[in-house]
Amino acid sequence: MSSVAVTAQTAGSGAARAAARRRAAGKGPRGSHGYGAARRPGWVTYTVLAATVLISLFPLYFTLVLGSSTPQEIAQRAIPQWLPDASLFDRFAEIVTSDNVNFVKALTNSVIVSVTVAFAVVLFSTLAGYSFAKLRFRGRGPLLVFVIATMAVPTQLGIIPMYILMSEIGWIGKLQAVIVPALVSAFGVFWMTQYLSEALPYELIEAARVDGASMIRTFWHVALPAARPAAAMLALFTFVQQWTNFFWPSIVLNQDNPTLPLVVRMLQANYFVDYSLVMSGVFLVTLPLLVIFAILGRQLVAGIMQGAVKG
Amino acid sequence: MAVLTPTAGRGATDPPGPGPDTTPRPARRIGFTQRLGRWDVKLSPYLYISPFFVLFALTGLFPLLYTAYVSVHQWNLLGGQGEFVGLQNYADVLAQPTFWKALTNTFSIFVLSSVPQVLVAIALAALLDQNLRAATFWRMGVLVPYVVMPVAVSMIFGRLFADQYGFINELLGVVGMDPVAWHGDRFASHVAIATMVNFRWTGYNTLIFLAAMQAVPRELYEAAVIDGAGRVRQFFSVTVPQIRATIIFIVITATIGGLQIFDEVRLFDQQGLGGADRQWMTVVLYLYDVAWGNQKNFGRGAAVAWILFLIIVVIGLVNFLITRRISTSDPRSGARPRRGA
Repeated sequence: MSSVAVTAQTAGSGAARAAARRRAAGKGPRGSHGYGAARRPGWVTYTVLAATVLISLFPLYFTLVLGSSTPQEIAQRAIPQWLPDASLFDRFAEIVTSDNVNFVKALTNSVIVSVTVAFAVVLFSTLAGYSFAKLRFRGRGPLLVFVIATMAVPTQLGIIPMYILMSEIGWIGKLQAVIVPALVSAFGVFWMTQYLSEALPYELIEAARVDGASMIRTFWHVALPAARPAAAMLALFTFVQQWTNFFWPSIVLNQDNPTLPLVVRMLQANYFVDYSLVMSGVFLVTLPLLVIFAILGRQLVAGIMQGAVKG
Repeated sequence: MAVLTPTAGRGATDPPGPGPDTTPRPARRIGFTQRLGRWDVKLSPYLYISPFFVLFALTGLFPLLYTAYVSVHQWNLLGGQGEFVGLQNYADVLAQPTFWKALTNTFSIFVLSSVPQVLVAIALAALLDQNLRAATFWRMGVLVPYVVMPVAVSMIFGRLFADQYGFINELLGVVGMDPVAWHGDRFASHVAIATMVNFRWTGYNTLIFLAAMQAVPRELYEAAVIDGAGRVRQFFSVTVPQIRATIIFIVITATIGGLQIFDEVRLFDQQGLGGADRQWMTVVLYLYDVAWGNQKNFGRGAAVAWILFLIIVVIGLVNFLITRRISTSDPRSGARPRRGA
């Protein structure tokens, strides 16, 4: 990870991207002479992996098949037909236009919540991470330990006072109630601290300071660009986490102003007799993240693996 | 430059103190900018970490502590705060058979989800930690379930595990087994719910294990090969001991998450209250039911939250102590250069 960031600063961002890609693909300098190098994995390995991938995709395939069938067919057979057909799109249209589930509003809300939270988490985490990693101040050590300790605390158990608080200030049913509690993340601060302490050389900060840049200018023009790869991954994770979040939104939001996970519950409540429609809806709700995964899945994989080595 | 931690090999050309470009300016101006600069240097670090601490105090720490306050009062969703009742809410909760049922269910689901998940993830990671063709494709392939939201997983698996005409029961029929009452039977419902959790998280954990395995020094494998170790022996004698810190990390994360399962059970049937007999109700679902369901009793709900919080903390500590014991009693650990979790 650090060498990618160094590459970004020495050889330009294009070279850094290439280096990151090589690393993500496991063809880095270490992986190339991996202990599998002598032995190419045999067909057993590929069979097991292929089976795993098929199992991973099966539930999504299942939603498409049920979405293409009628409720009568579903009631009689576990897999009513083997291939999805065009009737699926009628169901999609029905869901999107239905008054019962508020799909378009939910989609908009989910985008607003996830984007806002991802942006705020990245900004606040990078600020704090820069401070912890590169600046010296009294109390730095204990405060960082505090941040790390809070990662193990199940804060969602504080929902009752949170609900009381939200109803006091009249935020029940409003998006702020979901956004504000999610604006900061201990994991994010820890992640950015780890990354910046390796990726940002002191010399760069010193150079900016010598040139007369204020602290915030130094952060903006030196730390923030250096933090970009880690920030992108943190944004991606936060986005997925918010997009799939159900517990707190289901308590504080309602049917008139839902997010997408709440739509799933509304589908279940309103259309329980029509599994065809329910499953079409479940697929629709899953689709946006699948598209993002198709584009950025490589980065997500790299992010999880880098986080593992650091964490 | 007082803020900067000095680094080894720092350039000798670095000027000490303020930059030389300030010297030609008038004397009073220097004093002012310098003072401003010093405040900038002193306060900025605190300013940058303050958003996290302020927001965390408001939305994380305060609610958690205030839960304790709510739990010793009569407190209703509609009526608001009532009188101080001491530990009565705790006594009430502990006297409810449903609470104990929910607690047992939670542990049962937790064990059924975490143990197979860790074992399968390690095995898959070992497969991926080879010189594979299209390595990125396989890694992305195992990660797909992670982007399916838990509520969607629950809806899909609720149907796959349907008691009648469900896909899993059909499969069982093919191999000549009787259909299982996946919703009706207590243990079977736990298996179904644990399967959902496993579906979503196994691939994610696989990648974490894979990263840990790739960090194992390859010389160890070479040494093992010279000593005549086969593949299986290499796995158990080199890989597993080397990734122990990661195993501990995953087990602890799985514990914190596993004791708070909610989404999957909430959508496992229409009512979402853990079945007719509460046979698959978890503690967090029980908390939801007490606070926002029929009872609308915030005082008792807060007591449930605190009890669960204490359980998680205690289990976390036990986890930590056991794993530390294991790692210190292991003869190989002394030679390990990496630090433990």
